[in-house]
Amino acid sequence: MVQLTEVAKYFGEKRALGPVSFEIPRGETVGILGLNGVGKTTLLRILACDLRASAGRVVIDGVDALADPHEVRKRVGFLPERPPVYGEMTVGDYLEFAGRIRGLDRATVAERKAVVEDVAQLTEVDGELVRNLSQGFRQRVGVAQAIIHDPELLILDEPTHDLDPVQIREMREMIRGLKRSHTILVSSHILSEISQTCDRVLILNRGEVIASGTEGELFGRLLHATSFIVAVSIDEPQVENGDSGAVQPGGDDSIGALIRSVPDVDRVQRVEAAPGSAAYEVEAAKDRRAAVCRALVQNGHDVVRLERTQRELESVFVELVGQRAH
Amino acid sequence: MRAVGVIFRRELAAYLRSPIGYIVAAVVLLLGGLLFYAQALGPAAGERLSGDVLARFIYNASGLTAIAACALTIRLIAEERQQGTQVLLNTSPIRDWEIVLGKFLSALVFLTGITVITLYMPALIFVNGKVSIGHILVGYLGLTLMGSAVLAIGLFATALTRHQLVAAAVAAVVTGTMFLFWPLAQIVDPPLSRVFAGLALHGRHFRGFQGGLLHLRDVIYYLAVTYFFLLAAVKVMEAKRWE
Repeated sequence: MVQLTEVAKYFGEKRALGPVSFEIPRGETVGILGLNGVGKTTLLRILACDLRASAGRVVIDGVDALADPHEVRKRVGFLPERPPVYGEMTVGDYLEFAGRIRGLDRATVAERKAVVEDVAQLTEVDGELVRNLSQGFRQRVGVAQAIIHDPELLILDEPTHDLDPVQIREMREMIRGLKRSHTILVSSHILSEISQTCDRVLILNRGEVIASGTEGELFGRLLHATSFIVAVSIDEPQVENGDSGAVQPGGDDSIGALIRSVPDVDRVQRVEAAPGSAAYEVEAAKDRRAAVCRALVQNGHDVVRLERTQRELESVFVELVGQRAH
Repeated sequence: MRAVGVIFRRELAAYLRSPIGYIVAAVVLLLGGLLFYAQALGPAAGERLSGDVLARFIYNASGLTAIAACALTIRLIAEERQQGTQVLLNTSPIRDWEIVLGKFLSALVFLTGITVITLYMPALIFVNGKVSIGHILVGYLGLTLMGSAVLAIGLFATALTRHQLVAAAVAAVVTGTMFLFWPLAQIVDPPLSRVFAGLALHGRHFRGFQGGLLHLRDVIYYLAVTYFFLLAAVKVMEAKRWE
């Protein structure tokens, strides 16, 4: 679907990107991860034919972006970091405009508008002026304009930028919904965002792709130890002093000892947990999640939570970026 | 060409929805009315031939049209860049010339609309004096052609930058310089005087319209200036993608 070969972009003497090369198969959702200013937006703008590459070759859906950018633009939908919306237009008028400049006829625009308003949950604000909408709704309008022409490739640059936690969750759900019918590229500097929505991650640093792969592949390749949190339900009396019935972190107990007995587990530490449960942060030389869960269940404990720690995601990222910095 | 129509309609609606269009129209109509009153109806107007009053009105209107044209265009592309909406146009399957032409036509129609509203003043001269409809029509054709040339200059200026004030300054400097070519032509020797007179946005090429005389060379001059600056605006937009 997307093929980049030795693509570079210079602004004057300054290299903003590249050379980068990678391929994205049809239907895949890929996250572009990198710190601010490493060239993520430049890369996405080149893919959306908003900028032309200084060197290299970009082929999207079999069409060369340099030779025929016009044709590529028909196949790409782009949501920049700041949604490109006109405040003085109503949502409905804006989406019609976006559809018409993408070459759709009036009948098709009307049909597609209904579909994208449904996908982005904008039907109720169709007649509202865009400038009166919240940031979350504006971002949805931005996504709606990007998919109004049903593009093969959808490019989202920091789609959760400036959104509150509820809006971030809604945006994440929307992206998950769009995965079914589009090849998607999402950029972010927030690790958890990428890991929750993407099939594969490309890590960009100083204009170059320094690593790519699935989350698991990156963990396997780069982490010398894994860490995860496991929580089990416990029967614990409610505390009268109002501190809730949550198990307090620290100390040792039988569950912790059980986890520690699993081979290759190096360290177990009890951490904050919800009332009625006990949570442990586990560090191991290799991925021991399955073994730990098995041990807990076989000993009569109900596992209620199992997740990689945020610190682990960060370790992968820092490892990569740090390697390049030296 | 369909994209030109889509952009034209959006931009025209933007003029009608935003205050800038109404402010420009109000200022032009107010100043035009005051000047007309002072020179044709007021106590200091004195006795003049109707043709002279009409010529004077068209002369004044040309200055106001130029100012209005600059004011109407500065937002056209600079504002899109400032607000980030240029990305929508740049990533859509439309060409830079379609964007420029759509925006230009919307500004031209809006400017022409403002100009047409001033018709009540020549109509007063027509009813109370003795002027031909041809003189009025030629005068308004001149205003429209000169307005379109200044709009093209403004579009070129707005394509250069994301800052509307910078765009306004560039448009004012280029337009002002082209207006100044005419007085300059009066004080320098040939062949430079002929070059300046030939390039002047006002003076030689506008006098005919002012007096009700239609010269093909003047029409071609204004169309050529319009074409040149629109082409320059398109080239600037294309070049921005290579930055």
